Amino acid sequence: MYGSGILAGLGVTLKHFIDSYVDDLKFLGQRYYNPASLNQRQGTRGKGVFTVQFPEEKLPTPERFRFIPFLLYDEKPDGTHDDRCTSCGICAKVCPPQCIWIKRSNDPVTGRPVPQPAAFYIDIDICMNCGYCAEYCPFDAIKMDHDYELASFDRTSAHIFDKQKLDKPVAYYASLRPTDYAAEELVRAEEEAKKAAKKADAASKAAAPVAV
Amino acid sequence: MIDELSNPDIPVPDELKASVTITTLDKIYNWSRRSSIWPMVFGLACCAIEMICTAASRFDISRFGMEVFRATPRQSDLMIVSGTVTKKMVPQIVRLYNQMPEPRYVIAMGACASGGGPFKEGYNVVAGIDKYVPVDVYVPGCPPTPQALLHGLIKLQEKIDSQSLRDVRWYKSETNEPVPVPVLGPDLMDPRQYQLIKQRALQAAAQAEA
Amino acid sequence: MSATAPTVAAVPANLAEHFPAGVVADTRKGYEGYVVGAAQLLQVAGAIRDKLGYNYLSSVTGVDYPESNQIEVVYHAFKTSGGPGLNFKVQADRNDPVVPSLVGLYPGAEFQEREIFDMYGVRFDGHPDLRRILMWDGFAGYPLRKDWKEPFFEEDLKPFASRWPGGDVRRSEESDPFGANVQYPPEFDPYEWTPETETAIYKLIQPKAGNGNGGHLKTDKLIVNIGPQHPSTHGVFRMVVVLDGETVVDLKPVMGYLHRNHEKIGERNTFLQNMPYTDRLDYLASMSNNHAYALSVERLMGVKVPERAEYLRVLMVELTRICSHMWAIGFLLNDLGAFQTPALYAIKERELILDFFEATAGSRMMCNYMRFGGVSRDLPAALRDENTMDFLRDLVNNRLSYAIDELDRFLTHSEILRSRCIGVGVLPAEKAIAYSAAGPLLRASGVDYDLRRADPYSIYDRFDFNVCTRPNGDVYDRYLVRIDEMRESVRICQQVVAGMPTGGEILAGKPQYNVRVPAGESYGRVENPKGELGFYVVSTGKTNPWRYHVRAPSFVNLTLLGEVCKGHKIADVVVILGSIDIVLGEVDR
Repeated sequence: MYGSGILAGLGVTLKHFIDSYVDDLKFLGQRYYNPASLNQRQGTRGKGVFTVQFPEEKLPTPERFRFIPFLLYDEKPDGTHDDRCTSCGICAKVCPPQCIWIKRSNDPVTGRPVPQPAAFYIDIDICMNCGYCAEYCPFDAIKMDHDYELASFDRTSAHIFDKQKLDKPVAYYASLRPTDYAAEELVRAEEEAKKAAKKADAASKAAAPVAV
Repeated sequence: MIDELSNPDIPVPDELKASVTITTLDKIYNWSRRSSIWPMVFGLACCAIEMICTAASRFDISRFGMEVFRATPRQSDLMIVSGTVTKKMVPQIVRLYNQMPEPRYVIAMGACASGGGPFKEGYNVVAGIDKYVPVDVYVPGCPPTPQALLHGLIKLQEKIDSQSLRDVRWYKSETNEPVPVPVLGPDLMDPRQYQLIKQRALQAAAQAEA
Repeated sequence: MSATAPTVAAVPANLAEHFPAGVVADTRKGYEGYVVGAAQLLQVAGAIRDKLGYNYLSSVTGVDYPESNQIEVVYHAFKTSGGPGLNFKVQADRNDPVVPSLVGLYPGAEFQEREIFDMYGVRFDGHPDLRRILMWDGFAGYPLRKDWKEPFFEEDLKPFASRWPGGDVRRSEESDPFGANVQYPPEFDPYEWTPETETAIYKLIQPKAGNGNGGHLKTDKLIVNIGPQHPSTHGVFRMVVVLDGETVVDLKPVMGYLHRNHEKIGERNTFLQNMPYTDRLDYLASMSNNHAYALSVERLMGVKVPERAEYLRVLMVELTRICSHMWAIGFLLNDLGAFQTPALYAIKERELILDFFEATAGSRMMCNYMRFGGVSRDLPAALRDENTMDFLRDLVNNRLSYAIDELDRFLTHSEILRSRCIGVGVLPAEKAIAYSAAGPLLRASGVDYDLRRADPYSIYDRFDFNVCTRPNGDVYDRYLVRIDEMRESVRICQQVVAGMPTGGEILAGKPQYNVRVPAGESYGRVENPKGELGFYVVSTGKTNPWRYHVRAPSFVNLTLLGEVCKGHKIADVVVILGSIDIVLGEVDR
């Protein structure tokens, strides 16, 4: 029958229309602003309307989500910050659009390079969020942030991130990416233990002849 | 809505609160403008896909009264520059901007539109649309996720809220000059820079001779 | 079949014998194929097409070799019956490069030759319309020549020395006298310069304008510009159309409005740095782009990809195909006037797939997932509150096939869709092959040519799937081929999810950020959702590619747009364009 194709199509739209109320009944007024409902709506079993009511409710960012990079520091017991970055420059070298600038600091007395950056800049108007810096950093010192709410009225001052703006505590990272953090800490601990064992070994070897 | 608009400085008797709201002209003017920002159908590159996703059912831009994407600049309030601006395209963008009626707003969506992005070094890429048209909100990211764009739109609403009828530029007596449309010569030429271009070219020639 | 197996076969023994004067085998280390003398090119190419059966010219590109003062034009020809291809080159003097045009033999070379003219200044003798294609007429210089420098030029190769160890941040425009990315020839005077940019194209179509309506009525033919800013050009694409009433008499595509210098930047990048840039080619199918690029570099490196990584790659690529076809169908309907509803339904499932990409690779669209010798990350343990494998099984076993069936029910039999699409934009099979059309466009014309079957790469030989073809070659058949292909992709995904080895390596060797790639050339190609995506990479044994060329299916598919649109109504032009399914990031690069 001519027109049956259109009618079948309209049937699909009608089904979509009805489906959009199914969840309403299921969650009875709790459909929005409710994490359980959000997960249900956004998953493979969600039916009907799956709108996220941004900004009141936000789609949770997955752990591996990449946005702008940031730098990690360990907090020492006395409250001072210990940068993980050693200014080795690998992130600046691997960065595809070359948006990272690092100034290595030199020891004022010896003039030798110190494993700490004097300055660290990322131009977020160039950054392509590829995540290479985080992937290839051997010290787990630079990671990709989850904060995407960065819209601003002015870019000349706000869009070159300096070290102060990039620095974030390790605890923040641990809260963003718990699984990655746990795995990396495990590797770090192992390496520390190896280093310590080597040191102790060397120390005992060095100490031995003295005893004789 | 009533709470949003009411002016707390002027008390309203309790029995009238259900039916009467006193507000300022600025507030109701801005409220009506910010709740119906019509963007232009204007996609340049990758970011345009995320812009379409923002307009689609999951992020649903119509919750902000912005779903009326207009295919003509004459009917739109907002230009979302979504993607890499190339030299070949920039004359058209400026022309479209000039055709938009006031009040008009521009959002630079993504790293490319804001400052050239990963393609900044390229010979056909304009390092940021703000060299040609005034940008109101910059949304960083490559590409910004739909939620990041929505955040940018909320920022734009904040900006609209902060404006006042008394000093907005489109009611001023002096006319708004259109932005001069760039010209494609041996390279992109900004009509405002002709003097400089001539001067530099002569200098370069002198240098080459020396 | 491992990635190291060459696509380009050893030279067929008889070609050099056939043409003893003009053809020699290319003996440079790592190079394949023949070098043909410019004078013999037409004759040799004719023999390659007619006698040897290489009827499909996939890629034409230029390479600049300033040291030997030569520009080389490289052709890759294949057989639509499948199997490896043939690679032949012509060398031209760099100071005045002239090469005979192959448009007469392979019409699909038209835009690609124009691109070489635009980028290298090679003049093609006998080309019907040799104008700049990506840049505008009047632009100074040939940008892809190695000695041409852009205004923001910093160094020949990345990484730049100014970034580390004394990295003082600076915006490039701050040091430029114009505060912008521009440069002008010496003694250039803008006041005395007259614009001539658009005359060439109008001159080209002007003679055909004139009395319309077959001469019965005294009406003028009308030239209409559609784009570059138009809702149904799928981005910044422009068509100059000559109309007789509402009927299209002639159509010329104009592109380059999104030309962002992918190849120039790619030759400055290191091999690895190009990977995230490939995401931005066909931005609806970043995983496939990654795959093609990884394949072409892996072929040079000779890496074997671990088993699990191959499965992950195929899974990602097939999901990408579903995303991309969903998008194509949704927006084809948009072009047909079914504004929004079908598009919204079609891209709903895409969001779920993007969630999966985001959880695995870290980004919705710009996945940057593959590395040379594998992939960057294994699947995450969980996606939101669900186990990832459960999510995947749910997705590929239930959700996607249901969505495709629903879309089918919704649209396929709709009388409006059928009357708008059947018989519109018909592309006969011979023409499709001659114009180097690829992907669903080619298969909808009845040509059974899918690289996954014709020249299998990765582990596609292990999966059971059909190559979908349709006989008529009209818009409706292209739509149907896409629906069929999505079903086949779902089948492949189901086989991947069922057969994926648990655990095991996902990357061969240690992660390396600065890979040295052995010298040589390589052409890696995959069946991208839009068609055959090829990467032609030339390495000199260093960490940066010497030549990095993208054979973009959308770009080559556009060659036949004018031909197909002629005689149709203007409203159909938009639909035909929608059925070709272009992505401007890839057209203009």
